[in-house]
Amino acid sequence: MTNLNVPDIRGHFGKYGGQFVSETLMAPLRALIDAYERLKGDPAFLAELDQDLKHYVGRPSPLYHAERLTRAWGGAQVWLKREDLNHTGAHKINNTIGQALLAKYLGKTRIIAETGAGQHGVASATIAARLGLKCVVYMGAEDVQRQSPNVYRMKLLGAEVRPVHSGTKTLKDAMNEALRDWVTNVDDTFYVIGTVAGPHPYPMLVRDFQSIIGREVLQQAPAQIGRQPDALIACVGGGSNAIGLFHPYIDLPDVAMYGVEAGGRGLETPEHAAPLSAGRPGVLHGNRTYIMADENGQILPTHSISAGLDYPGVGPEHAWLKDIGRVHYVAATDDEALAAFHEVTRLEGIIPALETAHALAYAKKLAPQLGAGKSMVINLSGRGDKDIFTIARLEGISLT
Amino acid sequence: MTRLATTFARLKTAGRKALIPYITAGDPHPRETVALMHALVRGGADVLELGVPFSDPMADGPVIQLACERALAHGTGLWQVIDMVAEFRKTDATTPVVLMGYLNPIEWRGVEAFAQKAQAAGVDGVLIVDLAVEEAPGYLPALRAHGLDCIFLLAPTSPTERIEAVAREASGYLYYVSLKGVTGAATLDVDSVASKLGEIRAHTQLPLAVGFGIRDAASAAAVGRVADGVVVGSALVAEIERHAAAPEKLPELLRAKLAEMRGALDQLR
Repeated sequence: MTNLNVPDIRGHFGKYGGQFVSETLMAPLRALIDAYERLKGDPAFLAELDQDLKHYVGRPSPLYHAERLTRAWGGAQVWLKREDLNHTGAHKINNTIGQALLAKYLGKTRIIAETGAGQHGVASATIAARLGLKCVVYMGAEDVQRQSPNVYRMKLLGAEVRPVHSGTKTLKDAMNEALRDWVTNVDDTFYVIGTVAGPHPYPMLVRDFQSIIGREVLQQAPAQIGRQPDALIACVGGGSNAIGLFHPYIDLPDVAMYGVEAGGRGLETPEHAAPLSAGRPGVLHGNRTYIMADENGQILPTHSISAGLDYPGVGPEHAWLKDIGRVHYVAATDDEALAAFHEVTRLEGIIPALETAHALAYAKKLAPQLGAGKSMVINLSGRGDKDIFTIARLEGISLT
Repeated sequence: MTRLATTFARLKTAGRKALIPYITAGDPHPRETVALMHALVRGGADVLELGVPFSDPMADGPVIQLACERALAHGTGLWQVIDMVAEFRKTDATTPVVLMGYLNPIEWRGVEAFAQKAQAAGVDGVLIVDLAVEEAPGYLPALRAHGLDCIFLLAPTSPTERIEAVAREASGYLYYVSLKGVTGAATLDVDSVASKLGEIRAHTQLPLAVGFGIRDAASAAAVGRVADGVVVGSALVAEIERHAAAPEKLPELLRAKLAEMRGALDQLR
């Protein structure tokens, strides 16, 4: 029987996770672990978090029965967990609220964040504005181009956006740069990591804050679906929205779970971002997990139509869930995601984020396999307003 | 005795400080590295730290990041770096060489295969920046079995219990990071370095080398007054960057720059 109570005291999910950082960061990580252990049982902290999630984020998010998609896909009932309706338009804020509160309780005056699609950057800038914290967001120079509306949003919110020109100029490089900032400013700065990656305790911390998603579904499903769903589906870049939905269901073996990675131009090409499907275990950004690297162990550039999935690693808990066989990890290509984006927009009047569209693309394949009488919940992790310029450009449409 | 132990014992007897230059292997081009290593020894190096380039050097500042990118552009991988050490060893049997870098390139090849090749090539020690002592038990036995010293970092933020844990596992020397920051940062506070070194000495007999923020003869001498060795990296790598297009000048430039530091350190006697 696999012990499902992870991580262990050193942050290990089986052989994955851990703390692979330079010495300077070990003490601040220890302080963060201690603070979190203390605060996660502190009634004042929990009450403040709860209030914020309810009145500021707008939780609980609805569980929506997508009847037209159900008919179109010809199989299982399709239910969407509407994280796109959260304040700032994605699941990311569930985590930034929690971490920013930690920062406040730790007496930090400055937060830093890395961002790919910009959703986590916006969510961080938002909570920084509300709490009166200084906020610096690192973003790959390429992503700054791809996601200019979110860059502007962050600036409106008072954050400083620092484009990162090193390496591949995407999310992984933004994370390197945020770690460099943190090591330089550890005294007054809290690093708000946006996904379930990084060194311990971040994968656990972010999972705990995102698990509100799955906990709500656990409560909503019996009343709305009549029982728990047969399958859960979520997209996986770093994997925070997926772990948030999956984690409360880990010990319910009748619920199948599917994590959908970015298949890019196809797993048979080098142009994808699917380390669980096509990578192998290594060490990146402070944890051991599945990564994409060349024969010398150098991290490979990745490709995805969606900036938020364009990352060569993945949260260590997903690596463990893959190895123990609890979650099925699959991939959807750029083209499949784009088709799903349009279909869901037209049939349900919901514009999904391109990241989310990967989960929808796989759900479309899974629906007829599961069959009528079954039901599945897809994490609609974010809204797609930020992506309309990208999509217009890809389809040769001029918006100006 | 290992080459590192022999070197530090000899320096101690002579009342001298260790001068430890760092360069990134393969920068500006793999064919230059061995010549640069010999030039550093002529300039007065006691130990060489040879950087293994990595695509995501998260503890390094912009100077060494760019060095990694130049080296990787020429395909400098871990095995090639080890080959460079083997080449260096053909004409220098005494200067210790420490490989410094990140865990993933070693992890990817397997620590046992790495340790075996490194030992055969004449590598003396390994400093893995992102391998904290807590995660080290999976790696240290293989490294030690192949006679490789395991050098660990200590930082201004290291509390007493971590200093003790690191002192228990480390061999060769300890590398104290002089400041909170990345390599190549500007500020160096010698008084706070001295006070932390005092704290560390209460827990270890190992020689203490200090790096980060040492850029010239004056800063080398200032740190040399309180440490057993000084590490200079970004200042040399910046020189390599400036002359990357005319690498034939580099051996003499690096030798001369190091010789100034050597001179300043030897004044301390």
